[in-house]
Amino acid sequence: MAFIEINGLHKWFGSFHVLRGITEQVERGEVLVICGPSGSGKSTLIRCLNRLEEYQKGTVHFDGQDIHARGLDVNSLRAEIGIVFQQFNLYPHLTVLKNITLAPIKVRGTVRAEAEETALALLERVGIHDQAHKYPAELSGGQQQRVAIARALAMKPKALLFDEPTSALDPEMINEVLNVMKDLARDGMTMLCVTHEMGFAREVADRVIFMDAGEVVEQGPPSEFFTNPKHERTRMFLKEIL
Amino acid sequence: MGYQFDWSLVLTGEYRDWLLDGFYLTLKISAVAGGCAMALGTLVAVLRLSRVKPLMWLSLAFTEFFRNTPLLVQIFFWYFGSEVLLPKSVNEWLYSMDFEFAAGTLALTVYSSAFIAEELRSGVFSIPKNQLEASRATGLSFLQAYRFVILPQAFRIVIPPLISQLLNLLKNSSLVMTIGVMELTYQARQVESFTFHGFESFTVATLMYLAVSLLVSFAITMYNKHFLHHLRY
Repeated sequence: MAFIEINGLHKWFGSFHVLRGITEQVERGEVLVICGPSGSGKSTLIRCLNRLEEYQKGTVHFDGQDIHARGLDVNSLRAEIGIVFQQFNLYPHLTVLKNITLAPIKVRGTVRAEAEETALALLERVGIHDQAHKYPAELSGGQQQRVAIARALAMKPKALLFDEPTSALDPEMINEVLNVMKDLARDGMTMLCVTHEMGFAREVADRVIFMDAGEVVEQGPPSEFFTNPKHERTRMFLKEIL
Repeated sequence: MGYQFDWSLVLTGEYRDWLLDGFYLTLKISAVAGGCAMALGTLVAVLRLSRVKPLMWLSLAFTEFFRNTPLLVQIFFWYFGSEVLLPKSVNEWLYSMDFEFAAGTLALTVYSSAFIAEELRSGVFSIPKNQLEASRATGLSFLQAYRFVILPQAFRIVIPPLISQLLNLLKNSSLVMTIGVMELTYQARQVESFTFHGFESFTVATLMYLAVSLLVSFAITMYNKHFLHHLRY
């Protein structure tokens, strides 16, 4: 069984059929880029993986575990899968350092000193260790998103989900976030990224999938996906965004 | 003959003591009613947020009723109504205590709690939903997310409007003079009746109200400066 195994996944928002039978496998260490027009269900798909969204049909296995199994603690599942949101969603009333250490201390029971040491190391890694004692509102968008990545990494997750992490950023800040993501990818992190950054997909993705209207229309390694798309819908989409 | 100002009349001796007694009673009734209104207002807000339909309706009816009728009418309602509505033994107990103070406190409490409930409710609502989602996504439980992420933000947002509600209460407390509570406005009236120096006595009373209000307003401004500027999303 693959590391993340999605099988026949269906989801409805009321009468709107947003995911129409998704079946995908993601291997450990794989970087998967999910692209597609807005409303195609790509964000919903990754949000199903840590159960921020519930699905009505199909199964998801994460590291061999059915994420909807009876008796499974959803909090411990979420602790294993980090997510980075489009809007950063940092806690505005806490300093950068506390944003990062909250979950390790409260969920994992890590002692404060150790959690802070890890947090500072992570901030160093995303290139903003000098901002540890500032509040989120004092940082630029790109810096906030890098804090959000550090916050997700602090839980030492087995996989990371990215939900359009650069879409809310000014153009000059996009690269600072993408560079952190590339660095993570090279380090072997399992990543599922919903993004329109095709340069990023070309450079680090192992596989790109294209979704439209709740279905996976096409998938393949970036070399093929970008140079020789098979489906008309993929071609039209690529023409529009490239 | 022109009006002769006599400030020493209200700033010394017996009349000064009347005003100080009144000031003390104003602070006391505001503090007691303020504390009770906070407790009742929190309860009303929690009922409204509970998602249990009958409780929500009860809370809604309470807030709309008491926010939308004049406070003076409510004061008379509790003052005259208690005799009709409450059992005799309770009334006797109340008369043996300070009945006017009790009726006035009750009226101020109920009236203010309706406004406080609304402030609290809007405080919790003003926290973006994605804050709960982001904290749950890191593995925090629902209660942990409320305790460490949602409520601390709601609390910071709600404190300044809550304090201005308490200031309203302080100012509104002057209305309980109509049922004979000898608070500051009542005493200023008394001094006027005895001395015919209403201008001086009401000037002193005004300055006393103003001093407390300004002090509290200043405290809110300092609070905002220190704690609120981070809360941008």
